[in-house]
Amino acid sequence: MTYFPDEVVEHIFDFLSSHRDRNNVSTVCKAWYLVEQLSRLRVFVGNCYAVRPERVMARFPGMKCLTVKGKPHFADFNLVPHDWGGDALPWIETAARCCPGLEELRLKRMVVSDESLELLARAFPNFKSLVLISCEGFSTDGLAEIATHCRGLRELDLQENEVEDHGRQWLSCFPDSCTSLVSLNFACLKGEVNTSALERLVARCQNLRCLKLNRAISIESLIKILARAPNLVELGTGSFTADHRTEAYQNLLNAFYKCNSIRNLSGFWDAAPRYLQAIYSICSSLTVLNLSYAPAIQVNDLIKMIRHCFKLQKLWVLDSIGDKGLAAVACACKELQELRVFPSDVYGTGIAAVTEEGLVAISSGCPKLNSLLYFCHQMTNAALITVAKNCPHFTRFRLCILDPVKPDPISNEPLDEGFGAIVKSCKDLKRLSLSGLLTDKVFLYIGMYASRLEMLSIAFAGESDKGMVYVLNGCKNLKKLEIRDSPFGDAALLENVGKYETMRSLWMSSCDVTQGGCKALAAKMPRLNVEVINEREESDEMVENPSDMHRVEKMYVYRTLTGPRDDAPDFVWTF
Amino acid sequence: MASYVEDTELRLGLPGSDALATRGSKRSLPEDDAAGDDSSCRNGGSGSAAKAQVVGWPPIRTYRKNSFQAMKVESEASGLFVKVSMDGAPYLRKIDLKVYKGYKELREGLDGMFNCFSQGEFSRKEGCNGSEFAITYEDKDGDLMLVGDVPWEMFICSCKRLRIMKGSEARGLESRH
Repeated sequence: MTYFPDEVVEHIFDFLSSHRDRNNVSTVCKAWYLVEQLSRLRVFVGNCYAVRPERVMARFPGMKCLTVKGKPHFADFNLVPHDWGGDALPWIETAARCCPGLEELRLKRMVVSDESLELLARAFPNFKSLVLISCEGFSTDGLAEIATHCRGLRELDLQENEVEDHGRQWLSCFPDSCTSLVSLNFACLKGEVNTSALERLVARCQNLRCLKLNRAISIESLIKILARAPNLVELGTGSFTADHRTEAYQNLLNAFYKCNSIRNLSGFWDAAPRYLQAIYSICSSLTVLNLSYAPAIQVNDLIKMIRHCFKLQKLWVLDSIGDKGLAAVACACKELQELRVFPSDVYGTGIAAVTEEGLVAISSGCPKLNSLLYFCHQMTNAALITVAKNCPHFTRFRLCILDPVKPDPISNEPLDEGFGAIVKSCKDLKRLSLSGLLTDKVFLYIGMYASRLEMLSIAFAGESDKGMVYVLNGCKNLKKLEIRDSPFGDAALLENVGKYETMRSLWMSSCDVTQGGCKALAAKMPRLNVEVINEREESDEMVENPSDMHRVEKMYVYRTLTGPRDDAPDFVWTF
Repeated sequence: MASYVEDTELRLGLPGSDALATRGSKRSLPEDDAAGDDSSCRNGGSGSAAKAQVVGWPPIRTYRKNSFQAMKVESEASGLFVKVSMDGAPYLRKIDLKVYKGYKELREGLDGMFNCFSQGEFSRKEGCNGSEFAITYEDKDGDLMLVGDVPWEMFICSCKRLRIMKGSEARGLESRH
């Protein structure tokens, strides 16, 4: 290969789409490293503290698209304090200096201030796409900056962010000259937008293919918008309820008749059953349906709709669908690949909605199923064994039994055998979340069989250090391990310290790891940051000089090239 | 796990400490948390009401939890619709209790809807003298109660549905009063 000119090598590298493949070819030899670094356009940084922005941009000066992830995954569940870190500003500032040709930015679980958005809007003349997922720290003022200054913006995708509403009519800030939008998702915003500005924007952006409206948008507005955007492929419907008792139904029906391209539907926040029938005409072309924010839809209406959706590949629903509804899905949706069933009663105090029966029905009706997130009240080993047999193609399997230490209700046994069957059968399993009563045995199985596993989430499971050790020694592709409320201590933590450099991160909270254990780990492995998060609500004598025996409440360990971070708040100690 | 295996395991914990015991005492497992729970929620699974006290469980994104909370608050604030049935009527109606300021307005509203009280004044103390009908309601406990006994605010909180009873049944209620 060294006899080929660089352009040829570069052209060959163009066919490598995954970051991992590009990372691998860059380690073959110096020549390839140089060709690869200059030609890499899409850069992925899985942990914003693993490397400094300057270093990234020095290595990849041609960078056009940057993805950065911040807080650990358990931040989604309030386990990480609010001001732990993950600020996007250093990345945007550095990019403004070093890579002004940046076109796309994707941030996940980061703190993005209005100041950052303002800089982003002004510093990159070719900026085309902004995707923010589970971020916080910005308001409608920041969005107004983006709308005003990003000429040629193609995509603004806001997914499940906490956005403050400062009342600014940010949507009206898109200039009349803006006709380039292809994708606009503001479903997570709480405030009102100027609907006539929205209608005009939609009308002039002829290439708009994805539009996800927020809850403030009523059916009357939706109808007008659909009339101006009949070529939409993805639609978030807004509230799906009418302000007045108008003849909205007939108009809605007509509007949807004209939208032949819709393949992806979501929204339905306050959906009234009488309006749901209007979408039956497009159900048969849908590949993605997200009803997980629609608690008003009753199971019988849900079943009526699902019966039409025979091309569905991805379905997100609430557990009010019940086992009966899932049986209907199993009958109708033979192409189903991904299913997510969320709890409708978020505090888990309600009556049982879905059980193992629903999951078994899905597994036998939908053999292409490869991704599952399932919140349920109970699960049995027998059911899991059946599911494992029916669906050997799982790549993502996340089961959440709402009572975290519940055994198999029929046999009263732990769920070790059930999960064991899953990992044994699903050889391509990349992501696994466990729940229910589990002993060390399940970890023995995971270590033995889950060779492609990359991410493992453990809660209230295991009996001893052995459990964690089985996983660390066995899962050779493990990248992220997150554990809470499990009896793993220093012995497990220190058993295989070299392992952590092959992983992105390890999170342990409410386990048995001590201060001494953390210090020992940090001493042995200088290229890891061992962060201990100490939140104290009341005054605690221990906070001044906690002894090494002191149990650590929250620990986050990650490999890094930068050493301890300089923006750590005072409740985060890096050893 | 046999206890002799545990005894020989190397640990960095304090001598005599046991990982499982530590876990049980320090982590508030749902079964341990009994204080302050609404005991009426304890159905089905063990200690399900206590789960609300375990931080970050069930593992649902904050954004999703907040969205549902907002919807719940809104539905509670948006009106107190209860079904109203009248004996002999072919279908039921629904009224929003929040639009009425008191029993007098309620009676007037029902009269307008059903034309049931053509004459006579409704009185808290006297019951429905001069009328063939009595307004009753089903409360939180499922009991059939005569409308008018408790203060209005208390009434709208406990009223689940209304029933306009006619004739002899109504008189029976009055005499119990």
